[in-house]
Amino acid sequence: MRKLRTAAATAAAAFTGLLLLAPAPASAASPSASPSPSASGTGKPVVHSVGTSFLTATTLASGQDADVPVSTGDYLYWAFPAAEGQTATVQVRVTLPDAADRHGPQTWTVELFDGLRRRQSCTAGPQNGTAEQDAATLELSCTLRQIRSWAEPWSGDPLPGTYYVRLSTPDIPQTDLGLASTVHVHVAAKGGADDAQPEGGSLKAPLVPPVNAGATAAAEAAAPSPSASATYAAAPAEEESHWYSDLFSGWNTRWWWTIAGGVLAALAGVLGYTLTRHPRGHHPHRPAPASAPVPHQGPPAQPRQDSWQ
Amino acid sequence: MITTTTPRRTARAAALLGALTIVVGTVLGTLPAHADEPGAPPAATEAPKVDLVLDGSGSMRTKDLQGKSRMEVAQQSISEVIDALPEETEFGIRTLGATYPGSDQKEGCKDTQQLYPVGKTNKVEAKTAVATVRPTGWTPIGIALRAAAQDLGTGPTTRRIVLITDGEDTCAPPDPCDVARELASQGIHLVVDTLGLAHDDKTRQQLICIANATGGTFTDVRSQDQLTERVKQLVERAQDTHAVAPAKVTGTDRCADAPVLSPGVYTDREKFSEHRVYRVPVKAGEELRASVSVTPDRAVARDYGVLLQATDTSGQELVRGSDAGSGRTDVASTGVRWSAAEDDDGDGDGDSSASASPAKGSGSGSGAKSAARTVCLVVSNSFAAQAGVQADPGLPLELTVDVAAASPAPDGPAMGLGRGWILLGVLTLAGLLAGLLFGWLARWRIAVWREN
Repeated sequence: MRKLRTAAATAAAAFTGLLLLAPAPASAASPSASPSPSASGTGKPVVHSVGTSFLTATTLASGQDADVPVSTGDYLYWAFPAAEGQTATVQVRVTLPDAADRHGPQTWTVELFDGLRRRQSCTAGPQNGTAEQDAATLELSCTLRQIRSWAEPWSGDPLPGTYYVRLSTPDIPQTDLGLASTVHVHVAAKGGADDAQPEGGSLKAPLVPPVNAGATAAAEAAAPSPSASATYAAAPAEEESHWYSDLFSGWNTRWWWTIAGGVLAALAGVLGYTLTRHPRGHHPHRPAPASAPVPHQGPPAQPRQDSWQ
Repeated sequence: MITTTTPRRTARAAALLGALTIVVGTVLGTLPAHADEPGAPPAATEAPKVDLVLDGSGSMRTKDLQGKSRMEVAQQSISEVIDALPEETEFGIRTLGATYPGSDQKEGCKDTQQLYPVGKTNKVEAKTAVATVRPTGWTPIGIALRAAAQDLGTGPTTRRIVLITDGEDTCAPPDPCDVARELASQGIHLVVDTLGLAHDDKTRQQLICIANATGGTFTDVRSQDQLTERVKQLVERAQDTHAVAPAKVTGTDRCADAPVLSPGVYTDREKFSEHRVYRVPVKAGEELRASVSVTPDRAVARDYGVLLQATDTSGQELVRGSDAGSGRTDVASTGVRWSAAEDDDGDGDGDSSASASPAKGSGSGSGAKSAARTVCLVVSNSFAAQAGVQADPGLPLELTVDVAAASPAPDGPAMGLGRGWILLGVLTLAGLLAGLLFGWLARWRIAVWREN
């Protein structure tokens, strides 16, 4: 009995350990890691440039900072890749021009667009702010919704792909345009593919727009395929595929949970069986009060309770 | 019954599996990600080209920038910029109003010279040339822009003009802002960045207008450092982004004769309240992705909007994207995704792995058995011109078209597999109950057998 219990406990512990280990390869293979494999979190270089349109947006990796001197009133664009399950946050700090040169309050806004240039809502953060004439800095931030792994084409949900940050000044006295200011942008992302919704969904190709010039085709030859020469904006790291990818179809953790559940159920079954069979240890040959010589005396369907004790 | 070897065996198996898990995890973790180089620019076919237009008008003598004259500040900054010029950038310098000292407006307003041709730059020669410029005459910004555009030539990549001036154009017509818009509408990928050395409202307004018309920026220069830093930044920006240039296309007002687009970026012009239509063929199992940005490059009313509709050839709407806003803006953008409904009987073109899309095709398209189905993209905007603003040429429009693999709806929860601690608890409890039940049954059976 003790041996059995030890065995059950050992096996359960081993499988629990396995279960806890299981998510490790999943998260390592997920694209939640930064797109540049060499980057190690803090070591990313600060970017000193900015684009002025969707097409020319400067790419920032997740966790990377940009620090750029700009002219007030410029439309500033950065692009960053986001993968499923991530929740990206963009933080902006604007160092405003000298208060002496300014003539009134100015409003700055940070907006996020997905790879299809569809506006994405911010779930948190002061997305826009108005700086009074004597203010020196302005802080803005925008937190995106969690990136979904799949969405219907008709929906505007955030999907894996490129995201654009646009920093602009929608309301400013014209006399204050063009003055020198400095902008600091930080893009952070948390979360990963493990909790991406809907589970099992996947976007076959991330929402990464092409940036190459297109070509018009004649109406007859109307079968253009994504050309090999197409170039694309910032893309999240692709999830690697392996020989077992199809087998598990991206639901690794479910396999482990289910297998572990089955094992635990089996062990519990054995345990329960053993408990009922031998509640007080081994008494295999307890003499029965009314033993063998009395065949089929009473109805056999009524086992006497005292025979259990 | 359970033997003594079992725990060891179980433990060994578990350890083996655990080790395997760790090894697999480590291998996966160290594999380099197969990411596309993010934001890699397309292969440049041309060197980045920048033409710097320097104002040599008489007012540049004014000493109002940290005790130095505007011309001194500009010359010193340009020298520093030339020193820091990237190797591949083709850089030229043009002056305006720097040679004719007279008072004849007609002569003064033709006064623009190419000081240094656009090309590989000899830094010493270029700096010497800049140092010779003396503040002299009029301010013919309009014709200087035209001449600078000619200096830069035409080609597939974006050209950049950096205009440094201290005064409003004294030679209109041509109005420099109209010239800028006209140059931009020629589809030669020209961007004009303006830097103002004076701070009066009229100059600022004019320079902002020029910058807006061409997608450039305006800077109000308050110090030499600012000027140097800004021009360096613009030259770098030219280097980084010159290769990104959309293809020119002209949409029609009907789907039937609209241009057929392949994946890529296009530019067009759309007037106020005009509709522009394009066609994109989409095969079964493919997803159309399109986005559009309309730029208000002139004074427009405060509120605005943009609409992108995808329709089938009969005009039936498939999907729409729209955005609206108010205030100062550079673009109004929106986008759509759409994928064709798969034929249930399958057309056997090898793409049967994609399961049926959740969409039911619109009635008119249900008979489409052909390989590609044509989708019409209709772009419209609700910008409104302010009084006195010309409507022609139309607003710049940027259209991005992509066709990618369609993503069918997920099959739902994971092939009957479960996850979570509740699952483990339920299964364990069920196992325990089953064990108890069978145990009791067995006991009862044995008891009965013994009794008999």
